[in-house]
Amino acid sequence: MAEVLLEARDIVKHYPVTRGLLQRTVGWVRAVDGVSFTVEQGKTFSLVGESGAGKTTIAKAILLLERLTSGNILFEGKDVYKFSAAQLKTGYRPKVQSVQQNPWSSMNPRMRVRDIVGEPLFVNTKQPKKEVYDNVSKLLDQVGIGAEGMTRYPHEFSGGQRQRIAVARALALHPNLLVLDEPVSALDVSIRAQIMNLLKDLQTQFNLSYIVIAHNLATVRYMSHGVAIMYLGQLVEYGDTEELFKNPLHPYTRALISASQLTLPEDAKDGAKQIILTGEMPSPLNPPPGCRFHTRCAEAGELCSKEIPDMRQVGKNYVKCHHYK
Amino acid sequence: MSNVVLQVEDLHTSFFTRMGEVKAVDGVSFLIREGETFGIVGESGCGKSVTGLSIMRLLPEPGGQIVGGKIILEGKNLLELSKKAMRAYRGKIVSMILQDPMSSLNPVYQVGDQIAESVRLHQGLPENMVEPEVISALRLLRIPAPEVRIKEYPFQLSGGMRQRVVGSIAMSCKPRLLIADEPTTALDSTIQAQYIALFEDIQAKTNVAIMFITHDFGVISRICDRVGVMYAGKIVETAPTREIFKAPKHPYTVALIHSVPRLDQKDERLFSIEGQPPSLMNLPPGCRFCPRCTVALDVCKEQQPPEVKISDNHSVSCWRVK
Repeated sequence: MAEVLLEARDIVKHYPVTRGLLQRTVGWVRAVDGVSFTVEQGKTFSLVGESGAGKTTIAKAILLLERLTSGNILFEGKDVYKFSAAQLKTGYRPKVQSVQQNPWSSMNPRMRVRDIVGEPLFVNTKQPKKEVYDNVSKLLDQVGIGAEGMTRYPHEFSGGQRQRIAVARALALHPNLLVLDEPVSALDVSIRAQIMNLLKDLQTQFNLSYIVIAHNLATVRYMSHGVAIMYLGQLVEYGDTEELFKNPLHPYTRALISASQLTLPEDAKDGAKQIILTGEMPSPLNPPPGCRFHTRCAEAGELCSKEIPDMRQVGKNYVKCHHYK
Repeated sequence: MSNVVLQVEDLHTSFFTRMGEVKAVDGVSFLIREGETFGIVGESGCGKSVTGLSIMRLLPEPGGQIVGGKIILEGKNLLELSKKAMRAYRGKIVSMILQDPMSSLNPVYQVGDQIAESVRLHQGLPENMVEPEVISALRLLRIPAPEVRIKEYPFQLSGGMRQRVVGSIAMSCKPRLLIADEPTTALDSTIQAQYIALFEDIQAKTNVAIMFITHDFGVISRICDRVGVMYAGKIVETAPTREIFKAPKHPYTVALIHSVPRLDQKDERLFSIEGQPPSLMNLPPGCRFCPRCTVALDVCKEQQPPEVKISDNHSVSCWRVK
């Protein structure tokens, strides 16, 4: 078992909903409601869910762009909320970097590539300009851009190349953990494979840990070691990726897998039938009582609408569902 | 064989810019029959959306222009119609669903009024018949409580519901051809599955011909009867969906299918197509895929491959296929 790099313990983030002149709080959006997971050194952990499930809120919390309502984030065993400002600047922020979904909006169009990739170095180290540019040229080589891209501007590159530049920038400070928020979903199919392969190579080369936020299960299966399925601010299933795809436990997981399978209609007939969920995800402002998924679940019983199920271990993985006892 | 609804013959569409002519669609031919779903799959910039817009004759002006070919819909060449005559077709005989429902709906009108707009324009119904027609259009797309929904504004609906409203507008006049340009891309996967099931349902009820534009093979596998694979302005392979998946012939189709990660198999490394599609302003003289093709021959660099029919409904443009 690899060493645990980051651990989220029962994290909760509620956003207030305010109304009126005095901005009185009239309710809470329960974006993330009690989520725990661990990320191991050198491994990829994926968070999967539909929009509004709370995956991006978790990413923001880990990057300290949002402060949690409650819960802890432990980095190398230490609570990051207890770090001083100076400790954060040297011991946390440089070690946790991110790559955003859209490479068209994640870089300043007026900056040259060498300054985009070099910026983390200018901010965080005292390296002279020449040394920074030397490092940038090495970084660009590693991501397959080549040093000749140094003086060009972002608009001169295609989407895939920009995403490579974004990866180079994230690697500039030699981080331990990269938070990848939908790293390939804005890219074309043939380019996605290139970027996923690049990320895998870099992981082996530098023993990087990844937190991947995604909604495409096939991408997740290809990229990750551990996976968590989120629904309405909570984890519904959690564990080893291979196991999860072989034996999905939660009805929601099964529906998601069914929805992203490449099945020909003829093939589907003799095998698994496609599961089509009815309805939509309820509002996180007013989540349903009991199991949050019961309003759309075909297997829901009476208990499901009353009692919140606990996370239980079933086989190798964990699931939050009343059907497993 | 059922009737041919749409026949596109050697369509050429270009954009004329200050930098030169961009050949977005460069000799595309295909046909769609009644009750059939024809998928056009390709990466961004391959010309799949421009093909759809050309059929609707909604190319951005100035700049976008159909420079050659024929678009025959129900026996009539749309390119010979005047602008005014085309307006009578658009929405009535051929309609379109776009990717982002929030930008295809008007945020300050109730959804009922937006559907009524096309009903009034094309059907000439007495005013008291308009609302029942609107409600039945919403029912067709299985929108719950349509009597209530017609009074709501787009912002009050979820993404999936908005896209259903867009579908209701498109289907309100019972068109013969529906062009769906990435209608499910902006939706979540479980909502996507619902929406696709809806298309099958609509088709069974109305026998409409559907042209489905997408980059997602998962969607293709579920809904399309036949598929055309586009690359740099040309259709490189057309075949029934099953054959595209089981026996693709063009190296680009093969590579594209291989580079999609599959849920049912674990690969250690994904197959990837190196390089990028060519610029449409400066196309290679031979086969367009040649610079990225791993099995290219000498002839591929110099001459464009002819379209070879390998069976009744499977054709490929590749020098390797004889």
